[in-house]
Amino acid sequence: MMQAVSRRSVLAGAGALIVAFRLSGTHAQTETGTGGSPSKHGLPGSLDDTPRIDAWIRIDASGAATILTGKAELGQGLKTALLQVAAEELKLPLERLSLVTADTARTPNEGYTAASHSMQDSGTAIRNAAAQARELLRDEAARRLGMSAASLQVRGGEVFGTDGKRLGYGELVRDQLLSVDAGQTSRLTSPADFAVMSRPVPRVDIPAKVTGGAAYVHDLRPEGMLHGRVVRPPSYGATLRDCDVARVERMAGIVKVVRDGNFLGVIAEREWAAVQGMRTLAATTNWIEREALPDEADLPAALMNLPSRDTTIHGTGNPGAPGILVEGTFSRPYLTHGSIGPSCALAQLEEGKLTLWTHTQGVFFLRDAIAGMLRMPAENVRCVHAEGAGCYGHNGADDVAADAAILAVAVPGRPVRVQLMREQEHAWDPFGPGMVVKLKATVGADGAIADWHHEVWSQSHMMRPGPPGTLIAARLKSDPFPPAPPVALAQPEGGGDRNAIPLYAIANCRVVSHFVPDMPLRGSSMRSLGAYLNVFSIEAVLDELAVRSNQDPVAFRLRHMEDPRARAVIESAASRFGWTARVKSSENIGFGIGFARYKNLEAWCAVAVEVEVIRLNGAVRVRRVVAAVDTGQIVNPDGVRNQIEGGILQATSWTLFERVTFDRTRVTSVDWSAYPIVRFDSVPGTVEVHLVDRPGDAFYGVAEAAQGPTGAALANAIRDATGVRFYQLPITPARIKKAMDA
Amino acid sequence: MTTLIVNGDSRTIEASPDTPLLYVLRDELGLNAAKFGCGLGQCGACTVIVDGKAVFSCVTPVMVLEGRTVTTLEGIGSRDAPGPMQRAFIAEQAAQCGYCIPGMMMRAQALLNRDPHATDESIEAELQPHLCRCGTHMRILRAIRRAAEEMRPKTVEARTAR
Repeated sequence: MMQAVSRRSVLAGAGALIVAFRLSGTHAQTETGTGGSPSKHGLPGSLDDTPRIDAWIRIDASGAATILTGKAELGQGLKTALLQVAAEELKLPLERLSLVTADTARTPNEGYTAASHSMQDSGTAIRNAAAQARELLRDEAARRLGMSAASLQVRGGEVFGTDGKRLGYGELVRDQLLSVDAGQTSRLTSPADFAVMSRPVPRVDIPAKVTGGAAYVHDLRPEGMLHGRVVRPPSYGATLRDCDVARVERMAGIVKVVRDGNFLGVIAEREWAAVQGMRTLAATTNWIEREALPDEADLPAALMNLPSRDTTIHGTGNPGAPGILVEGTFSRPYLTHGSIGPSCALAQLEEGKLTLWTHTQGVFFLRDAIAGMLRMPAENVRCVHAEGAGCYGHNGADDVAADAAILAVAVPGRPVRVQLMREQEHAWDPFGPGMVVKLKATVGADGAIADWHHEVWSQSHMMRPGPPGTLIAARLKSDPFPPAPPVALAQPEGGGDRNAIPLYAIANCRVVSHFVPDMPLRGSSMRSLGAYLNVFSIEAVLDELAVRSNQDPVAFRLRHMEDPRARAVIESAASRFGWTARVKSSENIGFGIGFARYKNLEAWCAVAVEVEVIRLNGAVRVRRVVAAVDTGQIVNPDGVRNQIEGGILQATSWTLFERVTFDRTRVTSVDWSAYPIVRFDSVPGTVEVHLVDRPGDAFYGVAEAAQGPTGAALANAIRDATGVRFYQLPITPARIKKAMDA
Repeated sequence: MTTLIVNGDSRTIEASPDTPLLYVLRDELGLNAAKFGCGLGQCGACTVIVDGKAVFSCVTPVMVLEGRTVTTLEGIGSRDAPGPMQRAFIAEQAAQCGYCIPGMMMRAQALLNRDPHATDESIEAELQPHLCRCGTHMRILRAIRRAAEEMRPKTVEARTAR
């Protein structure tokens, strides 16, 4: 209670601005919102923040185990992989395990499910906690049997003595046995003894998803549920002049219309009535809009002309060494996450306590943001993760949760389900930011890179909740919260400058990050952040240097690469692709390769592609893709393949098709016709993924590893087919045709 | 009031006649599989089968469906007794987030029901109205090819050979 009072008084008295800064100051320096400070307990993964073993593993009297994780299933296969890790170390059959994912009332706080950190944070914590739980159970059995622990065997959820006696986990577990902090060392299972890990265990969530089970937050239908819809302003900063609330309230089936400043929502008994109420309300609303967007036709110049905070993030040797010069200004447009299911949330206020079912990536941060927005004590708000459609970063999940919260507060006791409309998801998405890279490099007479100068311009890639001002509804309310301050993610993981430092050995190398505090369009985290454009640019320039100095692109990369694991994936992709023996079956064919180690810290990935460019219309057909990946210890090989295949297809879509469009006032790409993505007529002929197994190694984040290398490989293959280097994304048929006709 | 045959059962629908079929299936009949994706017929997430043909349920008002036969994903198998299309998607692990998948399965089911010998090219062409954002396309195609193989009527020789 004391906490509640003091928190409320802070919110009421000291002002929202201070709260916003306080939250961002403590939370937002890493992409996961955790791990930015020195180790507290010297424990691995998220155990360091939450060392109690029973925070992760609980065993009941039947011997079944419940695993708790602060991370969320996003369609990446997390549930299955975490269960595998736990089953392996607990020596329990998979079917005796259940999993609870991110829930502010039940699970550890592991920040955001982001940055390909889930296996290294949560997987590592659960693996170590499970191994230590197993040892505690064995020690307890030793005590009860009067034998030495070393003489006992553990398998199938039982501890076996030498004399045929055995005790099940259910018998052994007693109050407090697992209520201890984890120790510094764990007896982890050797990869040679793996029975569950490193195997393609089928995903636990797929059967419900392909048979109509309740698999998503969208499918929750508690008794008495109402349907809500919101009316969003037509553009950023638009203010409401007038609207006809009464007319909508008279419509059949409408329970309530909520107006709070510039926030508008309708609540209805049935979903279709809510949609119709929303449409009528939108049609009767007049907004005052302003021209505040840059000129899309020259977005790169607009971004580079904004004030920036400039940091030299890497500098070795002396700049300006002579040689054959390659330079270019690379750019990507704003990209939308494009979840196929518009974001959805369910909220219910009961006796002053608000519960939200949400597909946010960070339940604890969202809870803080919503509590702040509603001026409620945080302990009166609970956020429970339920799956949504794939998000690939910060999409509308948090915003719609805030919408649902406001509507639920208007009808206490009744659960309210809110889903965004397609145009709302598209127009108000916190986009993957538009970016620019200027790169200049030379290759010397000896054929080695002599000089390298990379500069990158980007706004923040990290505008997630905590601060209430990150939520659309909190900005629209009559007592609005200030916009959240822009967060620059720091190296070595980086944000806009992620992967801007080349992994290649280059003696004279300088990399400058221009962090742009302004946000011309709303932007935040999208799969791989700045790595996609930085890798795209680095690998394009490498390719160009190789071509202009008459060197093979693969050999040129290997010549400058000292990291043996990087060399291994490049060599593996090239050999499986048949790089050396490649032959163009026609003049329209091109071959390209791209490589990166994600963040220079995570998985290593090389991608080789063959494309055909149709000269008549500039269309690109991707004939085949071969990737090689090293993600350290593999938990589920099919899960890794699925993520890399998906990354290849998605990055192909970004590279060839995608662009958020806008005029000086509004975002105009508000449906799939205005924002085309890859369809089945454009999928590659074949996609092969080869895994480099590293038994016993750590987990390295893999889910975003293919984005940069795929984009680069495509651009390099198009260059090989057409002789034209494309600097501006997306590389559309129109741009290709124009360049070839020129 | 509209009467529909949904997954073999006659259902009387109270929703107003202009209500799109999608909301009736999800909210009145409690069927989860058909999904709201765009409300515009641009993504295919809401696809179900009406009288043998794949339709976008998000843009099909129930008033035009009086007496007609609607099949959703729930009508071609269950978790305990999955149909061939469902078995194939599980076998190929052909989902990431899975939100788009039921719509694709229904269009593929409709195609294979009318043409068990559908070629790879015709499967790809048939799926053109569908979007997948996770990039699961290669697995989706593999799963549908697998389902086609299983659903194809076996010839007499093939049966005796077994």
